[in-house]
Order: sequence, then C-alpha cells, then structure tokens
Amino acid sequence: MNNKHTPLFHIRKRGMLKWYQVWKIRLIAILLALIVDAVITTLVTGLNPIDVYATIFKGSFGTPRKFWVMMQNVAIMLCVSIAITPAYKMRFWNVGGEGQILIGALVSAACMILLGNKLPSWLIIVLSFMLSTLAGAIWAFIPAFFKAKWNTNETLFTLMMNYVATQLVAFFIIKWEVPKGAGKIGIINQSTESGWLPTIFDNKYLLNILIVFVLTILVHIYLRYSKHGYELSVVGESERTARYIGLNVEKVIMRTLLLSGALCGIAGFLLVAGTNHTVTTTIAGGRGFTAVMVAWLANFKPLGMIITSFLIIFMDRGAGDISSNFGLNASFSDIITGIILFFIIASEFFIRYEIVWRKKENKEEPVQEAPIDETAKATLDEADGKEE
Amino acid sequence: MRSEKPLVEMRHITKTFGSIVANSDANLDIYSGEILAILGENGSGKTTLMNMLAGIYFPDSGHIFINGEEAVIASPKDAFSYGIGMIHQHFKLVNVLSAAENIALGLKDEGRFNIKKTVEKIKELCDRYGFELDPYEKIYNMSVSQKQTVEIIKALYRGADILILDEPTAVLTPQETGKLFNVLRNMKNEGKAVVIITHKMNEVEELSDRVVVLRKGKDVGSKFTKDTNAEEMSSMLVGHPVNLEIDHPVPEDPRPRIIVNHLTVRNMEGLLKLDNVSFTINSGEILGVAGISGNGQKELLEAIAGLQPTEEGSIRYIDDDGSEQELIGKDPLEIQNLGVSLSFVPEDRLGMGLVGSMDITNNMMLRSYRNGRSMFLDETKPRDLAGNVVDELEVKTPSLETPVRNLSGGNVQKVLVGREISSAPTVLLTAYAVRGLDINSSYMIYDLINKQKKQGVAVVYVGEDLDVLIELSDRILVLCDGKVSGILRGGEADKRRIGLMMTKLGGGTADE
Amino acid sequence: MFDFLAFFPRAVAQGIPLLFGSTGETLTEKSGHLNLGIPGIMYVGGISGVIGAFLYENSLPSKADANPFLIILIPLLSCMLGSFLMGLIYSFLTITLRANQNVTGLALTTFGIGFGNFFGGSLIKLTGSEVPSIALSTTSIYYSKKLPFADKLGWFGDLFLSYSFLAYVAVAIALIVSFVLKRTRVGLHLRAVGENPATADAAGINVNRYKYVATCFGAVIAGLGGLYYVMDYASGVWSNDAFGDRGWLAIALVIFTTWKPDVSIFASILFGGLYIIYLYLPTGMNLSLKELYKMLPYVVTLLVLIISSMKKKRENQPPEGLGIPYFREDR
Repeated sequence: MNNKHTPLFHIRKRGMLKWYQVWKIRLIAILLALIVDAVITTLVTGLNPIDVYATIFKGSFGTPRKFWVMMQNVAIMLCVSIAITPAYKMRFWNVGGEGQILIGALVSAACMILLGNKLPSWLIIVLSFMLSTLAGAIWAFIPAFFKAKWNTNETLFTLMMNYVATQLVAFFIIKWEVPKGAGKIGIINQSTESGWLPTIFDNKYLLNILIVFVLTILVHIYLRYSKHGYELSVVGESERTARYIGLNVEKVIMRTLLLSGALCGIAGFLLVAGTNHTVTTTIAGGRGFTAVMVAWLANFKPLGMIITSFLIIFMDRGAGDISSNFGLNASFSDIITGIILFFIIASEFFIRYEIVWRKKENKEEPVQEAPIDETAKATLDEADGKEE
Repeated sequence: MRSEKPLVEMRHITKTFGSIVANSDANLDIYSGEILAILGENGSGKTTLMNMLAGIYFPDSGHIFINGEEAVIASPKDAFSYGIGMIHQHFKLVNVLSAAENIALGLKDEGRFNIKKTVEKIKELCDRYGFELDPYEKIYNMSVSQKQTVEIIKALYRGADILILDEPTAVLTPQETGKLFNVLRNMKNEGKAVVIITHKMNEVEELSDRVVVLRKGKDVGSKFTKDTNAEEMSSMLVGHPVNLEIDHPVPEDPRPRIIVNHLTVRNMEGLLKLDNVSFTINSGEILGVAGISGNGQKELLEAIAGLQPTEEGSIRYIDDDGSEQELIGKDPLEIQNLGVSLSFVPEDRLGMGLVGSMDITNNMMLRSYRNGRSMFLDETKPRDLAGNVVDELEVKTPSLETPVRNLSGGNVQKVLVGREISSAPTVLLTAYAVRGLDINSSYMIYDLINKQKKQGVAVVYVGEDLDVLIELSDRILVLCDGKVSGILRGGEADKRRIGLMMTKLGGGTADE
Repeated sequence: MFDFLAFFPRAVAQGIPLLFGSTGETLTEKSGHLNLGIPGIMYVGGISGVIGAFLYENSLPSKADANPFLIILIPLLSCMLGSFLMGLIYSFLTITLRANQNVTGLALTTFGIGFGNFFGGSLIKLTGSEVPSIALSTTSIYYSKKLPFADKLGWFGDLFLSYSFLAYVAVAIALIVSFVLKRTRVGLHLRAVGENPATADAAGINVNRYKYVATCFGAVIAGLGGLYYVMDYASGVWSNDAFGDRGWLAIALVIFTTWKPDVSIFASILFGGLYIIYLYLPTGMNLSLKELYKMLPYVVTLLVLIISSMKKKRENQPPEGLGIPYFREDR
C-alpha cells in the first residue's frame, strides 16, 4: 500500500488487561494528577509541593475530630455511591441522587418535627428511617416508571426531579422555619434530642459509619450473589439476552430504581437524624453527582467504593484545609478533585485502547492471537451479507 | 450494447482475514452495457470481492484494471473517482434527513448550498431511469425499497458508471423487485455496467446477461445466461459432494415432538419472512434446515423459542405422554414453566445467547439461575457445570472467571452449546452452530449434536454447509423466500438438488 | 395586579443566560455529545469575564480612564477563552479519548463551579488588591447599557429595546445557529455526524473535526451566558453560587425546544418568566407558596419530556448518535 497515507500511529482496542495492569495505569494517572494539583497549589499559595501534601494529610488526619469528621463524610459519600450503583449497573443514568437524598432528609425532618413530643425517640427513629427510605424509593420510581413504559430519557428526568425536590424542601423550610422569618429550620429537637441517632462509644459519628458499612456489605451481596442482582446485570448488558431468557425488563428497571432510591433515602435519613439534625436545601451537597464519579471510578463495585469515596473525601477535606489556612475559598477542593477526575477519566482510554505506532518498514503488524477469530468471524459474517 | 473490452478487470485477487481466506486468486471482468450476476453460496467471497472494488477493503495481492489501466482503490472516495458505486445490504443513510439531504451529504458542490439544485438533479435522474422518489421525504418514513432507491440515486448522483448491488432483492417484495429490475435494465441501456450479487437462480435467469459463479473465494465459471441453465449453475455453485465422515446414527423410535402448522411471520417492516410453513420435528432425529441465510431461518427458530411474534399458524409441542401444548403466544419463561425443556443456540452468540462481560460460570446460569426458592444465586452447580463444559468441550480459557467476550469464537460457541445441552432438553434448536469455528471445534459440535439425538432429543440444525447438512441430518427442510421449498431425506440427499431448491422455489420435488 | 410591562423585561433578563446555554448545548448535542458540563462552563465563562474585568479595572488609575472599547473587549475575550478551554477539555476527553460523556460532563461541572467559586472568593486575596468585594461597577455600566431610544418609545421601548447588547447577541447567535443547522452544508454535515457518524465518515466528512468545532463553539456560546449574568443581570457583582442551577435549566431547555435554537428564544423567555413568576403571583401571607411556584420550570420540563417520549415523533427525538463515542474500527 502507498505509505504516504499510513498515519503515524493508529488506535485499536486492547484485549483484557490483568487487574494489576489496569491499576498501574490508574495509579500513574492519579500520580500525574497529584503533581499537577501540587503545582497549582504552589502557584496559588506559595507552599512547596511537599508541604501541600503534608497540609492535606493534616487536614484529614490532624486531630481525632478531623479524622472522625472525615470518616463520617466518607460514610455518607459511600452510602450515596452504593445507592446509585444498582441503577448504573443496569445502565440507567440516575443523576437524581441529589433529589432522592433530599426527599429522604425532608421526610426524616418531618418525622422529627411533627412527632417530636408525641412519640418516644426510638420509635421516631424507626418511623423516620422507614418513611424516608420509602420516600427516596418513590422519588426514584417515578422516572423509572416512565423509562420502562415509554423510554423517557432518565438523565434529564432525574435531574429535574432534583429541583422539584429542592423546592419542596424550600417550601417546608418556610412552613416550619424557626423562628418565623428566619428562612431556616435550625436544629430540630435540640433539647430533647428526640429522633436523633444515639451516640455510641462516646462517638456521635460511629453509628452512621457502622450503618453505612453494613449497607455496603448488603449491597455487595445483593449485586454479587442475589438473583435480582444477577438479573439487573443481564438487563444492563444486553436487553436481547434478557428477553432470550424470559426476563421482564420493565419490571427489573422499576424494581432496581426502587432499591436505588430507597438507599438514597437512607442517606438523607443519616444526614438529618445522624449528623445535621436539621434540613436545608443544600443538605445533599452535590453528593448525588459526586457519587456517580465515585461509583464509576470503582467500576461500580461496592467494596471498591470504600476506597474511591475515601480518596475523594480525603482530597476534598485536605484541599479544604489548605484553602482555610490561606484564607482562600473552600471551593479550592473542587478544583483539586476535578483535576484528579479528569486524569482518571483520561486513563480509562489507555485501559481500553492501545496506540500502535507505525514501525519503520513494517508491512503487516503482528496481530494478537485472541482477537483473530472474532475479527475474522465478523468480517466473514459481513461478507456473507447476513441480515439483521 | 456491451462494450468490446472489459471496463473493469480484476486479476488474481487474494484477500485474507486473519486465518480465513475470503478470496484466493479470483478473476472477474465487468463490461459496460451488461448486467452481470455474481452467484455464490454464503461465505463464497462474493461480497468481499466487490468490497475491494468499492474501496472498503484493499486486496492482499492482485491487480485491478479500469479501462485498461491499473487502479488503486484505497477508499470509497477513490472508488467514486473511478465511477464505481456500491449499494450495500446495510444502507448508509441518516434517518432524520430527507432523501435529498442524504444524497448531498459529503459533496462539495461549488457555490452556496442549495438543496433545490440537488432536488432538481435528483428528479432528472428519476425521470431518466424510471425511479419513483420524493426527494423531500425523510428516510425514516421510507420503506426498505425506497431507501434502496435513495442509495442507488446517491451512487448515480456521484457519477457512477459501474453500479454494484449486494443482494438487492433480499429485502424487497416481488412487485418492488420488478420495478428495480426495470430500472437496472434502463441503466444497462444507457451504457452503465451493472453487477448484482445474488443467490437466487430465477433472478439470474430473469435479469442478467452473464453470470459468474464463485465458490470458496474463487471464480469457477463465467457463462452467458442464455447459454446455461439452472441445473448447470447450481452444480457450479455447490461443487462436488465431499465426504466429511460425520457420524450418522440411525434414529431410534422417532416420534413427533413439535408440529408446526401454517406458520406465517412478518418482520418489523411488515415483510413476509415465513409464509405458511408446515413441518414436523421428531424426537431422536436431526432436522436440518437448508437455505440461503435470510430466508426465514432466524424467524423460524425464534418463533419456536417464543421470541418472535407470529401472524398465523400453530406450533404444538407433544410430550412423551402424548399431551399437547401450544407454544405460540408464550414467552421463553412461560414455555419453560410449561415443563417444556427447549434449548436454543442462537445465531448471535454474544448479543443474545451469552452476556459478553460475564464469566463462564455466570453465563452457565443464565437459563437456570431461577431454580430454587432462595433469593440468592446457587453458584456451586453452575461452577461445576462450567468446569465440566470447559474440560469436556476443551474450552480454551485462562480461567472460569474470564469474561466470555475475551474468548475466541470457537470457545464462545462451546460455552453456549455446553450450557444449552446441559439442561437435558427435549428440543434443541441451533442456528449456524459451527460458523466461524475451526475444523476440530466443528466436529466436536457435530458429535455433541449427535449425542443429543441418540438421547432422544429433537434437534433442529440450521446450517449453511450442504455437505454437513446432508451427512448430519435425518431430514432436510429447504427454505426459499420464507416458504418450504421441499423436505428431503438426509444421508443420501443430492447436494445439487438442494442447491437448486434453495435458489428456486420447488426446484425439486420433495420426498414427503 | 399582574404588571406585564414590568414582568416581561425581567423574564427576558432571566431568559438570556438560559438562551446562551441552550444554544451552546444544542450545537454540542447536534454533534452527538451530551455535555453535562454546561453548568460548569457557564460558571467558568462568568468568572473568566470577571477576572478579565477585575484586572483591567484595577489597572486603571481612575474609573474615568476606562476605554469603552477595551472594557467591553477584555472581559468578553477572557470569558470566551475560559469557556473555550473548558470545551476543549471536554472534547479531548470525550472525542479523542472516547470517555464516558456523562461522567466527563459531571466532573467538568464540579470543576467549573468550583473554579468559579474559588476565584470569586479568592480573587481579591490572590491579587493582593485592597477592595472589599468584587463589584465591577464600571464594566457593568457598559455591559448593561440599554439600546438608544429605549426610554423614549414608551411600552415598545420597554419591551424590546431595554436590554443590553449581549441580549441581542444571544438572540442573533440563536438565529445564526438555527440557520446554519437548517440551511447550510456545514449544518447538514454536522447533523449527519450527530445522527450517524459512521455514515458521515463514509461520505467523507471529518467526523472528529466537526465534533470538536461544535463542542468548543457550544462551550463558548454557553460561557457568554455566564458573562451576561454577572455583568448585566447581577450588575457586575460576583457572589458565589448566585448563578445557581441555570446551567441545568439550559440543558432542559434543549429538550423542551426539541433541539431548535430559534424556538429557544421564546422558550428561554418563557422559562425566565417561570423562574421569577413567584414574585408576581399572589401568595397572601403564605410565603412558602412562593417556593412551590419556583418548581414550575422543572415541572413543565418534566411534562414536556414525558409527552415527547410518549409521542415518539421522529423530529423531536435526540440525535441518534447522542452519547455514543465513535470509533471507526468498531463498525
């Protein structure tokens, strides 16, 4: 063939890499990102890069309190991440985690406010847990229903549901504001602590963390070992295969989103009953979106999310510490995590594809052993002129 | 009419894909003012050969001369510059654009963009050759035949003198086919060279001036249509019988297992894919289904498996105790719940039969994971099964945890067949079970199918290699255009006769 | 009483950022890319303009020395540069590296909002300036200048002439994009790329170049929405998170208008109106009702989404190739 047309390199799909090769690529990406982050931080603060990371480390581990606050944040992040995972494994783009958390949080707050003096605290906790779970489930079920019946675009549907939820919370905040005209609810049941999750081992965060840990294990088991989890993976992978084995795809979609929403509702419950003891329109704090990235980074494996949510929160808190030390804005951490995300997203390319450079005077590239059969088969199928 | 010298000469063309040879030392001449039919079975390399003219593939070796000068065709653009236009089976059209917009796509006419100019030129072409087309109509509103018209006009619009059509009638109704043929004749009279790739004998006879037969990637004969006949062509097409030495046990106590009556199926486009098909599948027998692909085989199997909506007819399943069940209107799960153990090896292995990203164990339980009352999966049995399948069928895999999409085609098929026969079925449906497989894997599959037969399973084997069909099957159902062209006894059936029946309805008389 | 003369100009002012955003996103989506980074890009567009204006204003000895030409041009160019770079990041990741568009978009939004808020909150400290807050009043004066005669033509002036030049730019861009998409060869090719990249590729169209250009242009257009918001609507005062969720609404508008920027001119004004209608509806003593009225734009979008999916009209569906990375060898 005429050589002048041959490009300098071409890109082709890789075969499967070993897990350690995959992680090698990811680690290189993270390292590069950290270097870029350090350079930026140095430019902004004048710190030398090593001090930057020392500060980040102190920001997360500096004091026991800082450590526990971080762990609490990791727990909530993890909770939302495992919550959206069943939907994503089914290739349902649920960016409505935010709204589902908010609704759960709202219902928890409502239970605490309305039942505060009428029922014993433990009963309020049980009720608000159950009702906020239900509320989150319903909030996710609505887009799932329309997706199943009419294939309505779920990404935008869930996105809009976030804002409907936000306004609903805003409505009730004004209704229940304390004092009148304050525009916020304030700490609910501050004196009685009615409906608050109890402090265990003198640590007010520990119960939250334990609950999320248990949930993570449960979701792991559900996805990995249950028939439902198996079914949703099949639906996500190929609807044709799902129908071939007689699955009711619509049912699986709705059932899975009920679960996904319920877990988001629990996250809302934990935020209200477990930590904040109040509800605001920003209580979800963008976790519904960040969770998509946390879950994606962990390849939608719940146990892996323990690490990825830790990574994200660690950087977030550390960068937050840098910004407060230097009188900078707290959003500095979003820039830092954003850059890490970009690098990891980019690294996925090198996991899936490889770049083949043109060699001097090469005529035929060596073809890998495994794909031959497939390519040849595909080509032959085409040559046969198979109809769809 | 026909030019003195060939317009296109293809000489000693060889093309391989990996280890598979698509064309070897193939030669072909194309004359202007002539309609040339290229006849060949599936996989005979006819489409590949033409794709090299159209710039889709580049030959490994060989030469192409156009008007006597050597031509290098490295891309579809090059092909256009030589005046070659090819109408592929899968249309390359943008659905939401109009016909005119699709035709104008990628062209760099001088001056401001004006769709009206394009429309006028299209109307001219329509008048000249006798097309019927509304240039403003959107593609998604069009029938398949209209889309094909758009593709043909697209080629002519770009100044094609050589028009290649890949199985153009496969998607058309008889009336539409008639119209197309008229248009093609007009083109011939205008001095264009027309090439149609086909496997339908009656079309060759009706339309073409000359026919070239391809077998196993090589041209095996060129005849003027008026000098040959269907018998001669089909014997060129299928070649001499080859003895493959596939085991052929005598069926033991065959009894009707599934009775198909007057089955009629239309596809999504409303095209008739199965037309009043009736036959019986017996236990302990292999029913081979022969036919050029796309003649209703897929619809037939999927209708039995509960995946294809049907228009008319019945599919009755007869149990050992003589009780009958109607399978039409039931989905695969309902069929399974009736106690009918029906296994199906579909043509699309990774898109339907298996989940590519899952490992062998997880794929083993696709059909059986529901067993038991527990809400959790029982993975021990599937894992044992996976181990057994891997050992017995010699599946080459790094581990049981390897996603099946990373296995080679033959091993993927072994996993699929292994799973389907593991459920001790009473009916086994297979579609192109050995396509893309090497010889050893193919023989292993034949053995497995024979074993099932000996155990009294009613096997349906849809295949493309006639030698295999003859040696493997007890009876052979030949499909042509969605109709039963005949049912022959396997074993000693005449290959040429099958070839004729596949390409021409009722090309032979049935034994039954 | 409902005062339409007062309501309409405010609805327009609310609608203009949405119009910029939705036009930019439409252009991007027509090339087959769902850019969920638009909210972030609009923040970056806004803050980049603010940085440019801030540096210029602070370099002036006195406000009176401002060169009317530079004071418009500098923020405009820095806004365009900032949003262009954001578009480039998105394009590189999703087109060249074929990354997942949703994840990339969300990461870009996180980054962009963080970027905006960070510089919004730290600009003064970073530049060591001695001003209490970022209030670019001089720049804003130029950016919020009404058309001449606006005050002299009564209601006509109020309704149609009382906006700053960027508002008219938004409308012009929407019309141009709409014209390009519908009536030009470039538009035809772009639509083909977004619908069916393989077909476009086979027809000799450079798929990746079209995608890059559309995505980066789209980002620049969307970024202008951020600039309009701070310089005109917010009178040159940057406050963190003030831009809010307008970026997401802009994406919703794309669906609402079924990928038609010319329709978006009216739809964005409608959405702008819905966005502030709570200020005009009677609530009596019940202030909380206002919060429910604020739901309107989202609920309306949901209804449109549902109805259009039920009707399944082919013209109203997203481009077929939306969200799917194109790799020629996949065939």
